[in-house]
Amino acid sequence: MANIQQEISSFLPEATFVEGTILEVSVPDAKWHDLALYLHDKLHFDYLVSIVGMDWGETLGCVYYFTCTADNSQISVKVETADRENPLLHSVTDLWKSAYLYEREVYDFFGIRFINHPDMRRLFLRNDWVGYPLRKDYDASPEVNPIRLEHEAVDDVTHAIVETPDGKLEERTNTIFAPEEFVVNIGPQHPATHGVLRLRTSLEGEIVKKIDVYCGYVHRGIEKLCESLTYPQTLHFADRLDYLSAQQNRHAVCLCIEDALQLEIPARAQYVRTIMDELMRISSHLLFYATFCMDLGATTAFFYGFRDREKILDIFEETCGARMTFNYYTIGGLMADIHPDFQRKVKEFCAYLPGMLKDYHTLFTGNVIAQQRMKGVGLLSREDAISYGIAGPSGRASGWACDVRKNHPYAMYDKVEFKEIVRTEGDVFARYMVRMDEILESIHIIEQLIDNIPEGDYALKMKPIIKLPEGRYFRQVEASRGPIGIFIESHGDKNPYRLKINSACLPLVGGLDPMCRGGKIADLIAIGGSLDYVIPDMDR
Amino acid sequence: MEVKIKSMKYEDFKDNEYIEQLINELKASNTNVVVGCLDEVINWGRSNSLWPLTFATSCCGIEFMSLGAARYDMARFGFEVARASPRQADFVMVAGTIVHRMAPVLRRLYDQLAEPKYVVAVGGCAVSGGPFRKSYHVLKGVDEILPVDVYIPGCPPRPEAMFYGLMQLQRKVKVEKFFGGVNRQEKREKVLGK
Repeated sequence: MANIQQEISSFLPEATFVEGTILEVSVPDAKWHDLALYLHDKLHFDYLVSIVGMDWGETLGCVYYFTCTADNSQISVKVETADRENPLLHSVTDLWKSAYLYEREVYDFFGIRFINHPDMRRLFLRNDWVGYPLRKDYDASPEVNPIRLEHEAVDDVTHAIVETPDGKLEERTNTIFAPEEFVVNIGPQHPATHGVLRLRTSLEGEIVKKIDVYCGYVHRGIEKLCESLTYPQTLHFADRLDYLSAQQNRHAVCLCIEDALQLEIPARAQYVRTIMDELMRISSHLLFYATFCMDLGATTAFFYGFRDREKILDIFEETCGARMTFNYYTIGGLMADIHPDFQRKVKEFCAYLPGMLKDYHTLFTGNVIAQQRMKGVGLLSREDAISYGIAGPSGRASGWACDVRKNHPYAMYDKVEFKEIVRTEGDVFARYMVRMDEILESIHIIEQLIDNIPEGDYALKMKPIIKLPEGRYFRQVEASRGPIGIFIESHGDKNPYRLKINSACLPLVGGLDPMCRGGKIADLIAIGGSLDYVIPDMDR
Repeated sequence: MEVKIKSMKYEDFKDNEYIEQLINELKASNTNVVVGCLDEVINWGRSNSLWPLTFATSCCGIEFMSLGAARYDMARFGFEVARASPRQADFVMVAGTIVHRMAPVLRRLYDQLAEPKYVVAVGGCAVSGGPFRKSYHVLKGVDEILPVDVYIPGCPPRPEAMFYGLMQLQRKVKVEKFFGGVNRQEKREKVLGK
């Protein structure tokens, strides 16, 4: 850490540092792109984890989080601008491709425009939306933005600010789709987009030429809502983000707050949390199997996947009292102790599922048609996966060992033995197989823990009002689809000044365009299914 | 409503002797005959083959998928298959949060449904905005833009609750007047909830 600090300060003397679990560097915007280049090329921070837009009252700005994939060290950079009327920052899309969507998100919520970003359109809100909702002075009255029932205008042209070599700024327009292109609209209501995602797809015959992604059809403004809630109240939104990794999402929020408070969680809670996380992962991957195979035309698989998923939901229901939004983890432990039958039922399930998986493979994996739809389709190289920030099972299918459970262990993951499933093909088949193999690994983890759950308290006694010490906290947890990151900036109050959810699914759609280009439109369905994105997680 | 036909006296119209004769003849030849109102027959058929539109935005959508899977199996009640095209569906289950950007899309889907059509609001979000009611981008209930027939509360509602709600919709369909009622061709303005 000190080493990196020295290197940066020798490269850029005006940089200031704040030490913490993650080193924070502050630079003026004029020097930001130079530092970004240095971080990317010399210090090998090749994975841009998140860009958090911020409104500090006087200034607007961004906090960037980077990870070096070689040694998993993390660093954060803070850049701010005092101009609230026309805020400008330099873009880093040329270095990290994931910044393309992240910077559009910041523009959407804070109105910060990025110099040299090729496409400064809104990402989540309608293009005729008034105001920037995550600014502290946003006018939320319904008269400003009433419910509009007319459709928004489709934009084929976008605006950009370009810096000329002599340092002047120029407004330019870029074309997204030329008038002669044949553009097909897929979604937002389309069964193969797994929710309400809209893809404007330019076609040449059956070949996909370009995809333009429209998000925000279920943007619920969770981050803004959290700013007026106390910390324990913010938890329930986590279950509703990516509802197929409800437990892991909640784990992330709890961990972030517990880290800030430096709490020691009872061992019993740690064990149960790990088991619950893995059960959730299995249930999510079973649903992936069900829906992905159905996308490719195997309707029977849908019934098989759901049949076994129901068994996990039964186990959850006994302990948590719900089938989907569990509200089970809480700051300092768990809401309630496990059901007396929990261990027996989990063990029964762990014995039952591997046999079923064999059935799954006989039914679908070996099928010639399925193999031809999957193998060699939607290739994603390791470099692209890192640059687009496509982590989780999809990243591991491209040979990138990006499992947060291994890289930054939490709960019981450093004490159990498990294999990180990594494949190198980077195609649809690899993404499918990684998930199927992860089910077995999850069962392996659960089997190591289920008999050894220690007796004792399942939660710490917490006060109803929790105040976090001042500072910025960032914590990642491996959810079913990739790492979910929670960023909290606390000003010492009972509610967060800013809570940002770094979704695992948003980078996945960022990579959709390069993966689908040149493929058939039927491959688009297979690729989308294999990425397994969940739209409410992406839109938040 | 009294039926008036000019070329025929009303008394004659009510005189169904020949029908009774016909029925007796049929019964004599061991044929089973049921006499009833055509409206009832049609509504019996309609209420037992209501097909939903595949429409889901969030968590409730997964529970809606569970309805289609083997354990809950909505085909038992005649909700048979979810159709991806609004032209082939009878009702839309609004499963999940509806936000400002989605509102015109959902409205268009509703307009594309063939009459007679119904709307079921599933889950807290579709009923009232649910946990996101205070958000800048969420509709405070789908009844701000669509006329809703059945509300199913829950976050998300259990599949059993969804079935209960859907059976209420079946009841509603069964008591409707079909001829001269819901099958009318002219445009009707349904009143919105708020």
